[in-house]
Amino acid sequence: MFGKLTLQAIPFDQPIIMGTCMVIIIGILAILGLITYKRKWTWLWTEWLTTVDHKRIGIMYTLLAMVMLLRGFSDAIMMRSQQALASGNAHGFLPPEHYDQIFSAHGTIMIFFMAMPFVVGLMNFVVPLQIGARDVAFPVLNSVSFWLTAAGALLINISLGVGEFARTGWLAYPPLSELPFSPGVGVDYYLWSLQISGVGTLLSGVNLVTTILKLRAPGMTLSKMPVFSWTALAANMLIVAAFPVLTATFAMLLLDRYLGMHFFTNDGGGNPMMYINLIWSWGHPEVYILILPAFGIFSEVIATFSRKPLFGYRSMVVATMAITLLAFTTWLHHFFTMGSGADVNGFFGVTTMVIAIPTGVKIFNWLFTMYGGRVRFTSPVLWTIGFMVTFTIGGMTGVLMAVPPADFVLHNSLFLIAHFHNVIIGGVVFGCFAGLTYWFPKAFGFRLHEGLGKAAFWFWFVGFYLAFMPLYVLGFMGMTRRMNHYDDPAWLPYLLVAECGAVCILVGILLQVAQLVWSIRKRDQLSVDARDPWDARTLEWSTTSPPPAYNFALLPKVEGLDAYWEAKQGVNAPMHKNYEPIDIPKNSGLGFFTSFLAVVGGFGMIWHIVWMGVLALFAFLVLLAWWSWDEHDEYELKPSDIARLERASLLTS
Amino acid sequence: MTNQLHDTQRLNRRTPGLETHGSHGTWRGYVVGYVLAIGLTIAAFAIAPVKNMAPFSIEAALVVLAIAQMIVHLIFFLHINTAPEQKTNVLALAATMLIIAIVVVGSLWIMSHLTANMVPMDHLMNMQR
Repeated sequence: MFGKLTLQAIPFDQPIIMGTCMVIIIGILAILGLITYKRKWTWLWTEWLTTVDHKRIGIMYTLLAMVMLLRGFSDAIMMRSQQALASGNAHGFLPPEHYDQIFSAHGTIMIFFMAMPFVVGLMNFVVPLQIGARDVAFPVLNSVSFWLTAAGALLINISLGVGEFARTGWLAYPPLSELPFSPGVGVDYYLWSLQISGVGTLLSGVNLVTTILKLRAPGMTLSKMPVFSWTALAANMLIVAAFPVLTATFAMLLLDRYLGMHFFTNDGGGNPMMYINLIWSWGHPEVYILILPAFGIFSEVIATFSRKPLFGYRSMVVATMAITLLAFTTWLHHFFTMGSGADVNGFFGVTTMVIAIPTGVKIFNWLFTMYGGRVRFTSPVLWTIGFMVTFTIGGMTGVLMAVPPADFVLHNSLFLIAHFHNVIIGGVVFGCFAGLTYWFPKAFGFRLHEGLGKAAFWFWFVGFYLAFMPLYVLGFMGMTRRMNHYDDPAWLPYLLVAECGAVCILVGILLQVAQLVWSIRKRDQLSVDARDPWDARTLEWSTTSPPPAYNFALLPKVEGLDAYWEAKQGVNAPMHKNYEPIDIPKNSGLGFFTSFLAVVGGFGMIWHIVWMGVLALFAFLVLLAWWSWDEHDEYELKPSDIARLERASLLTS
Repeated sequence: MTNQLHDTQRLNRRTPGLETHGSHGTWRGYVVGYVLAIGLTIAAFAIAPVKNMAPFSIEAALVVLAIAQMIVHLIFFLHINTAPEQKTNVLALAATMLIIAIVVVGSLWIMSHLTANMVPMDHLMNMQR
């Protein structure tokens, strides 16, 4: 009846896990109680849970990412503390089987449920505004995508209290992830939550590619499209091309585990190396899916705050597209040491180094944009400059590891860990925070507190260097990744410094929480000039903050790059306020209910409760069929309504 | 009952790429595509377990059938053709082909290297005995 699920699945004997679960349950109950007390359920349902507005979906993605950042960071600081304590005779506070789950969960959550939703959320919010569109191409699908991602995130967090998570590392290499070596439900939690959220990401990629190619404002040819939208186009093309590989690979591993097939087993004709090959032919494009939008954010930020057009727009676009293509030609560098000969290693080493060229072009473009400009050192600019310094270091260590003989020394060492945190924190995370601070006033109509933002930046920046530079040294000293305990006392001082760095980052995160709370409480003081607080250049700043449901009452006409900047320079032509009716998509519960069924079905399959999985799948098909015949999915806003809404927003802003 | 699957006119106006007179296909097209797809699938499953064919010919036949299956899907279900308004779709198809070629050729190259350089697990077991 309940498959593998028994009461023993809940680890009552583990004080750390039980304590965490208690805190989370109390927190959730408190939030639910508060919503009930304030009578906000209807508001929550109509304004947020069933919304198909790309701006709100983007905000929910970002919120999900920030919550998951807290979860992933707790895992990180636990690992750092364990390694600071588990030297020589001491064994720290985490037993190996728990530690293995923590590093697997940290990697999985940070990539799939922190970085991805953050980037997708920013793209979702900004891209339609920036290209002068009223929404994404498929608004309901957008809601479904978000809710599938949320379903995956929920499943992975259920694994904290019910059962266990994978102990295989964040990519679950077979044969370790095969049934004989991982008989528990940990790998199943991993696979099902990533399958569900992966489908969501793929659908969101399809949606945004279509939006960018088909819904640009009149006059905005591709060569007049802002760089962030270009990088979003590139990233979503990569999503569309790469995520099916991930889904297919996981599907084969699921067949191995559930139906006894032999795709990646050692016997029966299987080959574990095929999994490693396939997962990295998704995995390498994935890092560009994350970093390209961040490059776009830095481009917008640096041009705005230098009060100059971006230097080398065309070279920026060409570099972006070059990276998009090259992203698919380098995946072997993740397993140079796993048996390829010199030809293969040499080829993929060279392609990897080649990627540094377009990336270097970008760095110089940003520097030349700043050169001769009047740079305002606001916190988005601090994140950008912090990125340029940090990412360059991370890029150079990457080129170092692209040399196959060097990689044979550094593979799986802490040098590698330092390298990819260097580019992901220094690139993606800094980029997301720059974007968050930059577009926050557009989303909510008030700025974030600047002083707290700068303080948070400095703690993150210093904390990053303290936490990861020692890991480069440790890598050279021979320390491998994922160690629960070590005997060499010479490593301890470096790990203590790294622990200090993690504490600094913790302070940075707390400052960001304080910044959010403070800014929301003092929002009246921070809402000056909400429409265009940074004197910015692109179209999203030409509408009100927060923008109306239809984004633009009159679709903007674009005549050049930096359309809004050009418009601001021109004489204000008398606006012809001849509004035309606008079709607005109605709210839809499809996403929420799909997500609910995905969680139920996923949970059932994880615990081998087959009837639950089948029932959820059947219910989903019924839901889909029922929803497909719903013809009344839009309502029309009359010109008089638009005029009234526009007048009201002018009065408040 | 010709080609009115649902209200195509309304859908076409709303669907990017189909704003013009592009169509979601005809009943006949779907039936022909479906029959072809099923036929190709059955053929693949019929060939796979055959014992007395030359060793490489089964694999070759499966590859041919798989490619034919993809072409059937593209033409009958995704309606890719060379009409001018399909430029974006054809470009997207070309980009897809390029990526697939890179991944497939790269994987074959890598896996052949691994086969040549690494002792298979059963050989390793035999050596340990």
